[in-house]
Formats: sequence, C-alpha cells, structure tokens
Amino acid sequence: MKGLSSVSVAIKRNSIIPGFGLTLGYTLVYLSVIVLIPLGALVLRASSLGLSGLWNIATEPRIFAALRTSFSIALAAAAINVLFGGIVAWVLSRYEFPGRRLLDAAVDLPFALPTAVAGISLAAIYAPNGLIGSLIAPLGWQIAYTPLGIGVALVFIGLPFIVRTVQPVIAELEADVEEASATLGATRIQTLWRVVLPALTPALMTGFALAFARGVGEYGSVIFIAGNLPYVSEIAPLLIIVKLEQFDYAGATAIATLMLLASFSILLIINLIQAWNRRRFGQ
Amino acid sequence: MQIRTVDITKNFVGGSARPVLDGVSLEVGSGELVALLGPSGSGKTTLLRIIAGLEFPDSGSVYFGDEDASQKSVQERRVGFVFQNYALFKNLTVGENIAFGLDVRGRELRPPKAEIRRRTLELLDLVQLSGLEKRRPGQLSGGQRQRVALARALAVEPRVLLLDEPFGALDAKVRRDLRAWLRELHQQTGHTTTFVTHDQDEALELADRVAVLNGGRIEQIGSPDDIYDHPATPFVHGFIGEASALRADLRGGRIFIGGHELALPGKSGRNGSGRLFVRPHDIAIGEAAANGLEAEIVALRRSGATRRAEIAVPFEAGRVEIDAPTSANLRPGEKVPIRFLRGTFFLDGESAAA
Repeated sequence: MKGLSSVSVAIKRNSIIPGFGLTLGYTLVYLSVIVLIPLGALVLRASSLGLSGLWNIATEPRIFAALRTSFSIALAAAAINVLFGGIVAWVLSRYEFPGRRLLDAAVDLPFALPTAVAGISLAAIYAPNGLIGSLIAPLGWQIAYTPLGIGVALVFIGLPFIVRTVQPVIAELEADVEEASATLGATRIQTLWRVVLPALTPALMTGFALAFARGVGEYGSVIFIAGNLPYVSEIAPLLIIVKLEQFDYAGATAIATLMLLASFSILLIINLIQAWNRRRFGQ
Repeated sequence: MQIRTVDITKNFVGGSARPVLDGVSLEVGSGELVALLGPSGSGKTTLLRIIAGLEFPDSGSVYFGDEDASQKSVQERRVGFVFQNYALFKNLTVGENIAFGLDVRGRELRPPKAEIRRRTLELLDLVQLSGLEKRRPGQLSGGQRQRVALARALAVEPRVLLLDEPFGALDAKVRRDLRAWLRELHQQTGHTTTFVTHDQDEALELADRVAVLNGGRIEQIGSPDDIYDHPATPFVHGFIGEASALRADLRGGRIFIGGHELALPGKSGRNGSGRLFVRPHDIAIGEAAANGLEAEIVALRRSGATRRAEIAVPFEAGRVEIDAPTSANLRPGEKVPIRFLRGTFFLDGESAAA
C-alpha cells in the first residue's frame, strides 16, 4: 500500500493534467463494484468445491462437451469473422458506392438487436424449411439445430467487433506505403499480403479477441438455433442456466469459474502475442 | 534514360475551373538532375506522380527514351520513387525493406537469395547505413529512414529516379547534409533524376536544371544561374531569391519611378507601366548621386551578419528591403539616398521587358 501511494504521488507531481486522484479513485470503485467484486464472489462461491471438486465438474462428460462446444465454436466463428469482417471493413472504408452509409450502419445491428430476436430470426431462416435452410436441405446439409447453427449465430454476433476495430485502422493506412510497394514492382496481391495485412494484424487480433470473448458468453441468440442436444449442440452458458434451475448454485458457479479461467487465459495469450508483435515492430 | 512529357493536362476530379496541369512538356536528359520547383498547388507533385505512373493524365504522353510509357502501369515503368514521408514498410527490417523490390519479382526474374543479400548490403553501404540491416524503420531517425527509402528505390535498378519532396520532413541541418550527399550519390550512380521541392535553395543548389512551376504551367526552365539571374517572368522573379517589386514606368527604353529616371537600361519598344523587381543586394544606399532617389527608412532588423533595412521608395512606388552593414549608422525615420544597380522590369500583363 505504501508503494502504491508513493507511485501515485510521483505521477501526480509530474503531471500537469489535474484530477489524477479523483479519476483513479473513480476507476477503482467502478471496476470493483461492477467487475471485480462480482467476479470475486463467483470465484469464492466456486472455491467451496475445492480444486478437486472443480476438476470433477470439468471432466464430467456432459459439462466437458458443453465447454468444448462453446470454446471451439467461438474460436471458429471469430476466425471466420476475421476473414469476412476484414473484407467488410475494407469495402466500407476503401470504396465509395451508393448505399455505403446504409451498409455501414447495418453492421452495428447485431450490437443493437436483442439477442433473442436475432436467435429466433436466424433459426427461422436457417431451419430446414426456412429461406436459406430450404436451399441447402436438398444437399443433405442442415444448419439450424446443429453445432453449425451455433456457428452462424456467433458469426452474426461477432461481426461488428471485427469490423469496428479494423475499420479505423484501414482508414488511417497511408496510401503512400501501398504506392511504394507498387513502384517496387509488387502486384496488388503481393501488396495486400506483404504490406497491408501485416499493418492490420494487430487490429484484426483485437477484433478476434473481442468477438471470441463475446461468442463464448453468448446465450440468447444461440439457444434458439442450437437445438441444445447434450454432448452435441449444448453450450456451457445453457448448462449454467440448467444448473441454476436445479438450484445447484455450486455447480453453476463452478462452470462459470471454469469459463472465466479459460477465457482469461486465451485473452491473456492474445494480448501477449500483441505485445510481442508491437515490440517486434519497434513501436 | 531520358524522360519526356508531352503536353500533359490533368484536371481535378471535381472538375474545378483551373486544371492541375495545363499542357506541361518537360524533357529530362539522360543522367540529368532536374528540380521541379513551385509553390504548393502548382502541380509539381502531380507531374512527378504522372511520370511515375501513380496518376494518369487526362491527355498527353510520357516517354522513357523512345518508349511511350503512357499506357504502362506503375509496376511496368520501373521507376524508383521516394516519398516525402519515407513510406517504409514498418513490419519489415531495413534489410527486408531494401530487398522488397527484388523479393516480389516473379520466379524467373528474381535473383538468387545470396545475390539479393549481396545487393542489399551493397546498397546499405552506399547510403552509409552499414550494420543497420536488422533494425526496424521505427528505430531509425528521419534522415536514416529517408536513406533507406532511397536504397529501397535503387535496389530494383530503376530507369529513372523520382523524389517527392525528399527532404521536406527533415530538420534544417539534416536536410543540408542529405542534400550534399544526394548530389554526390547522383554523381556516383548517374541516374536520371527528377525531384520535387518547394525549397528554392534546395533546387538551386542541387539541380542541373530547375523547372519553375506555377498554376499548372512551367514558367521557366533553365540552369540555376539562368533562373536566378535572368528570371523570365514576374512570378519567377518573385519566387526565386528575395526581391521587392516597385511600381515603375517604361518610356522610350528608360525606366522611371514617379518621373524620376533610374540609371537602368530598359528594353526599348513598348511603353507602359509595370513592376521593377530588385534584389536586396542590387540596391546601394548612402551614396548621393545625380539620379539617386531619397527614401525613408521604415524599419531595421538584424539579419545574420548584416542589418536588414525596410525602405519606403518615394512616389508611392512601394517598399524595398536592403542589406546594410551593421557599421552603417542608420535610424528609422531617416532619409537616405538610394541607387539601383540592377533590376528587371516587367510590363503589366507581360513577360520580361528588361
């Protein structure tokens, strides 16, 4: 505590920006009330089970399957969004065309729409008798009520995260770097691959991390389209609800804690890669 | 390789009344170093970018030697282009930046790895950055970055070298050093080089010939001496070097200020009023002479080794600035005799008449 206060004093003294004490205090209180204390309570509750109890829950087949489903599909959906969201961001920031603003506004819809509404409409469209589902049903494919359906919902939910993180970076890319690449004889593809993409990588990774984090925790839009078959298309957040309905609070908090740990580790890894990337570019 | 532009015209996309370039024809001889000099908005950068193939003219052609390059893409033109803000690839090392142009070649044209590396090191040596090949652009100073950009442009063995305000983003000291160094490098490598600048000192000091652009047209093209000593238009006189313009009249080959004849030769022929351009060092003060004028000192400033005096010439002809020795005992408000040693007279609405 003594160390912390001396640091804060040092910062305060060297800064001409007023309000350090006030804003830091506000930040700490805010973070505590909204984020840290609830999460702490969660971990505390789960800790009543002990590490072995936690391990038993994690390895229980149905829970393990649900965790695997949640994390693997969230990762896959985020990866798909990196590609397509990247393209959408590129088109929206690089080209002028009629309806561009409308399209640009539409990107935010997954943010604004109640997730249940999104889930129901996606389920209706991708169901075997739906608009898109009926087109691919003859091919023997089914999207709604399978893990594929979860993927569709998570791609939908995650899209704005990628687009909105990458868009400003594309807008700020300096045209002369691409022109320099062209004068050196590089084709458009080579310029994109060797010059543009490396510059976008940090933003794409941030977007990936955000979309992934959102996807893991997503509940409302997924349960309508997933079919929720245990071991197949059941997601971890749904299991938490199931446990809560059975008044198994310890079980529910245990799953939540496991998800928290897994998400935290994955996000930490992504951040470490980002930091390493920044150091590598000497910025 | 000679560069030739023929009657290049380019309009703004918005279709503004005045074109960016208005029928510009320019010839840069093989191995020559030519500066495109002009104020911002004069079209100099657009002209350079059209030569490079980064922009295309509405009409007119670009030739490299005998080859019509007008329809060729920037990749096909094989030009070395250096950007004002370096435009280095931040994610690549200095060495990778320089090797980029060779790395992206198709398999049949790409030199072997060892050869690329040898060339890279050779170029690093040429731009005096040996040992820095593993650095990232973010770890270099501005001057070093610009030299990497130059080495990168030279790596592809360009037919011509084009530089867009190459030293514009650097501070004065580095700029002077790089200027001398670029001149030396040009003598070593002999590339046909065109560079854009708004800095007249840079243009006059560095270039074999200077093209002065204004409003999308070439006002004058010539050696630095020509441009400085014999400006062809009022714009060039006003833009190059320091000059003051005075209202004056030309009658029967003689120049008058308010009925007072100056001891300056003017071309005979047309009579009329116009402007007399004089440079600070072409005015003598303090010597009373038969045909001198009495002028009042308005302000005095210290300027380097001399004192800069602002003087109001009578008959409301205007004000001139002159350099006086610091020893001269001048005071604001004082009247001194002045005499014009040299000057260039332009009739209103016309080019050089004296």
